[in-house]
Amino acid sequence: MSEDIKKMIIDYVKKEYLEEDSGVDVNENTKLISSGIVDSFSMVSLKMFLEKKFLVKIPDDKATPEAFDSVNNIMNLLKEFTKI
Amino acid sequence: MAYSEKAKSFYDTTLKNIKQDGLFKEERYIESPQAANIIVEFPLGAQQKQVLNFCANNYLGLSSHPDVVKAAHDGLDSRGYGMSSVRFICGTQDIHHELEEKLTKFLGTEDTILFPSCMEANAAIFEVMLDKEDAMISDRLVHASIVDGMRLSKAQLFNYKHNNMAHLEEKLQETQNCRFRLIITDGVFSMDGDMAKLDKICNLAEKYDAMVMVDDSHASGFIGKTGRGTHEHFNVMGRIDAITTTLGKALGGATGGCVSGRKGIVDLCRQRARPYLFSNTVPPVVVAASIKVIDLISNTTERRDKLERNTKYFREKMIKAGLDIKEGDTPIVPVMLYNAKLAQDVARDMYAEGIYVIGFFFPVVAQGQARIRTQISADHEFEHIDKAVAAFTKVGTKYNILGKKKDEIIAMYGM
Repeated sequence: MSEDIKKMIIDYVKKEYLEEDSGVDVNENTKLISSGIVDSFSMVSLKMFLEKKFLVKIPDDKATPEAFDSVNNIMNLLKEFTKI
Repeated sequence: MAYSEKAKSFYDTTLKNIKQDGLFKEERYIESPQAANIIVEFPLGAQQKQVLNFCANNYLGLSSHPDVVKAAHDGLDSRGYGMSSVRFICGTQDIHHELEEKLTKFLGTEDTILFPSCMEANAAIFEVMLDKEDAMISDRLVHASIVDGMRLSKAQLFNYKHNNMAHLEEKLQETQNCRFRLIITDGVFSMDGDMAKLDKICNLAEKYDAMVMVDDSHASGFIGKTGRGTHEHFNVMGRIDAITTTLGKALGGATGGCVSGRKGIVDLCRQRARPYLFSNTVPPVVVAASIKVIDLISNTTERRDKLERNTKYFREKMIKAGLDIKEGDTPIVPVMLYNAKLAQDVARDMYAEGIYVIGFFFPVVAQGQARIRTQISADHEFEHIDKAVAAFTKVGTKYNILGKKKDEIIAMYGM
């Protein structure tokens, strides 16, 4: 289950933020924000995607660049708000 | 004491970290008017040095043009220095209205409202145009002032991959249930020098019943056959709902900006735009000089034509010399170096050669996309450009990057 969710988030990140020919690989540990794959401006759309998919509301003070910096970090964040 | 040790220590540590990360920005003192040839004191206390400026937004070379300077003097004499007021109390002179009318005519829109800067125009427009039931759909590489402006609006935020029309269309489909949608883009992107595909954007906007807003700060005055901007270049004049632009780049380079577009949007800005309502009017001296600028560039395309020739000449010479530049047609010509330290080293060596350029790197541009952004001006002569290309060739040889493409440069210096 948890692996399926990770894959879904990775697929979204690849589709939403990377060009097809970027050659960048994304796994659960890949730095998303600090590497610049997802800029702080685009983090809003990632937050919206997660909220919609998991029917949760992530408070702004929890939606930090650190919390979104890898798929593993995102998983930890989601665990606070939903039973995944 | 309110300024506690705790606060002091926090600010000091933050500054130290900025320096450690190599992100500390230092000002260089220019001791001459803005032009192709400038006198610079850098670092502070060093002997003055005459250098060629290849990093100003002085695209048309009007920042120190004698007619513009004279118009500023005349404006100062006839309308004074300051207005000590916002526009709607007692800060509107006849010349403010005259400049707004001239900008409307020049940009080919319905109406225009001046702001103290384009940053403030961008801070205003989204909050005025949209509310929480609406959507802002923005290109991911828009200018920081647009990002900040969007944050001030209650509208929902969506963004699409840079200049990717298929992704924009997906976002338009995703937001069908919103009351209003506004597609938001720069006309010319400031870091890459490429243009938004405004013809395709307008087609999509019409297909999906969305409005279009363009920040043409790096285009007004010189892009398009008569310099009206990217909407002229793509033949979509009349199809853009709101343009924001600046008087602080090609159009004299002092300060000031505007929202120009549909009359209803401009009228509402006059009633609701907070940066308009709560900040001072554009100073008379700037307004008078800007009127002269619009007159100059409305009467002849000489300067934008020269800029176009200079741009073509520089781009061709740089490619021939083996520099890895981002291709395009605009006078923003990024020289790609990919590595932040390399960009800083090349910029420092270029300065030693008498060419003033600056390195840009993460977070200003994406990681691994470090570059030197060169900007061409109508104030440059071919001999200036020859000197810049010769300096890039010399410095490029030193770092062994001539004729090398992205992968090879990254292999040598890392990202």
